[in-house]
Amino acid sequence: MSEMTPDAVRHLAGLARIALSDEEITRLAGELGAIVQAVETVQSVATDDVPPTSHPIPLGNVFRDDQVGDTLTTEEALAGAPDHDGSRFRVTAILGEEQ
Amino acid sequence: MTDITALSASALAEALAAGKLSSVEITSAHLERIEATESTLGSFLARSENALEVAADSDARRKAGAALSALDGIPIAIKDVLCTTDMVTTAGSRILEGWTPPYDATVVRKLREAGLVALGKTNMDEFAMGSSTEHSGYHVTRNPWDTSRAPGGSGGGSAAAVAARQAPVAIGSDTGGSIRQPAAFTGTVGVKPTYGGVSRYGVIALASSLDQVGPVSRTVRDSALIHDVIGGHDPHDSTSIPTPWASMTEAADRGSAAADLAGLRVGVVKQLVGEGIQAGVKQRFDEALELMAANGAEIVDVDAPHCEYAVAAYYLVLPAEASSNLAKFDSVRFGLRVTPEGSPTVEDVMSATRDQGFGDEVKRRIILGTYALSAGYYDAYYGSAQKVRTLIQRDFAEAFEKVDILVSPSAPTTAFPLGEKLDDPLAMWAGDLTTIPVNLAGIPGMSLPMGLDPEDGLPVGLQLMAPAYEDARLYQAGATLERLFGERDGYLVADRTPEVA
Repeated sequence: MSEMTPDAVRHLAGLARIALSDEEITRLAGELGAIVQAVETVQSVATDDVPPTSHPIPLGNVFRDDQVGDTLTTEEALAGAPDHDGSRFRVTAILGEEQ
Repeated sequence: MTDITALSASALAEALAAGKLSSVEITSAHLERIEATESTLGSFLARSENALEVAADSDARRKAGAALSALDGIPIAIKDVLCTTDMVTTAGSRILEGWTPPYDATVVRKLREAGLVALGKTNMDEFAMGSSTEHSGYHVTRNPWDTSRAPGGSGGGSAAAVAARQAPVAIGSDTGGSIRQPAAFTGTVGVKPTYGGVSRYGVIALASSLDQVGPVSRTVRDSALIHDVIGGHDPHDSTSIPTPWASMTEAADRGSAAADLAGLRVGVVKQLVGEGIQAGVKQRFDEALELMAANGAEIVDVDAPHCEYAVAAYYLVLPAEASSNLAKFDSVRFGLRVTPEGSPTVEDVMSATRDQGFGDEVKRRIILGTYALSAGYYDAYYGSAQKVRTLIQRDFAEAFEKVDILVSPSAPTTAFPLGEKLDDPLAMWAGDLTTIPVNLAGIPGMSLPMGLDPEDGLPVGLQLMAPAYEDARLYQAGATLERLFGERDGYLVADRTPEVA
């Protein structure tokens, strides 16, 4: 599918939590259509017999002892927050009126 | 005596050890240089407020015979993607405007522990997405060679700062060429280490399977010195390679002492020197190959057929990983919060914040990545791109059975005019063709100057590539080549950087 409609972009923007304007959506639909067409070429060589590489250097999972390590204090963790009550991040309502 | 800012970090370290210069003198000279040139260049997003105090502490240590390292007292510029507790860290994005991190990146901690003096944070494309630094949320950075041109990106600030002698050395990060392409555009040296060779802890993530931090400098040896400081295992980064590393500085010293390149097998990747390479870049590249052959290297043509698909694979893997990494900018824990009118839910606040805080290129890539990862398309896009990674790795593995290092131009062109590619993302991305395969394969790569384009007079970069874990090979060959270029031309490209008013 290299067809990228404004509705598809609006849906993706919703998933990505970005409140794009209608103008941005129209522009992105055009740009992304061309981009998707260009990147689709990967499919021509990605045959079933090729294993995917998720990570360039093979490494095993890394474990550490279950002990408290270097951690931030509450004050440090909250220091850059837009809003907090001294011990927790503060946000607006989680649910809207119709939810 | 010569201008302090014209000296390499190696020379400055020698002067410090000999007691001929103090860190305060060296740091002051660079701060004055920044003061005089910054309004033209725009290399920095933040400047240190206590650099002279840090320098004075270094001088006191040295006087007491307790210098922390050979580089104790040497100034350095740091790309704004690395967290610093004493300077605002934004990764070039408005969404992090004014944010001071509660911890230092491991690389920053190691620099401090070695006594280096941080001068400031350098400009970059927002979240390292870009090849010109024009996508910075704050301002453009100008190329010291021609201020109407881009310094490359995303690390244009670090490259411009080092080229224009605002700092002797700098730190960059390279996800698809963000250290090497700016190095090529500004006549400097830049190295992307083996993936996992340098800690990513405290480095604001773009694409976690591709990102790697590395040095920027005016000489090969200076990059080696910095690489030795910042490299090595970090338990805070689970992708950090635990095995010990050879000394890059010793490798560079072996290289510059070597009589020639006898015995070195050099592979030319056919797919990276094909169409789209600017004539002057091709000419300097061919001359570099002649110079290598004349000095004992064996030049071999090698095939890496899947490099043709590298840009396409990269622009699926990167947006997919970026869309997930950038989800953390949610208006809750740090950075910007935009609250729409009425009684918005947390989701409304998040969406409004991300619309206002992110620039166009970031939004473009997040939406593309969200698409590549969405149900029904995952296998066709992200999955296929990961298979192309395997094919590119196999191509490189096969090539390295025949040769010791691979070479190509670092970038297909010299520095392009500001604004030229800003409205054409695909054209901007195509310029990453030569650097991207290295990140996809996880191998180390270096860019060093190989002359000036005979037509536009701008620096041209040579890219060296080595197998994973063999970073030292780049420094050894790079140092020999740097000396050979210098002997051939009678000057080093970095010493020809025009004076910035």
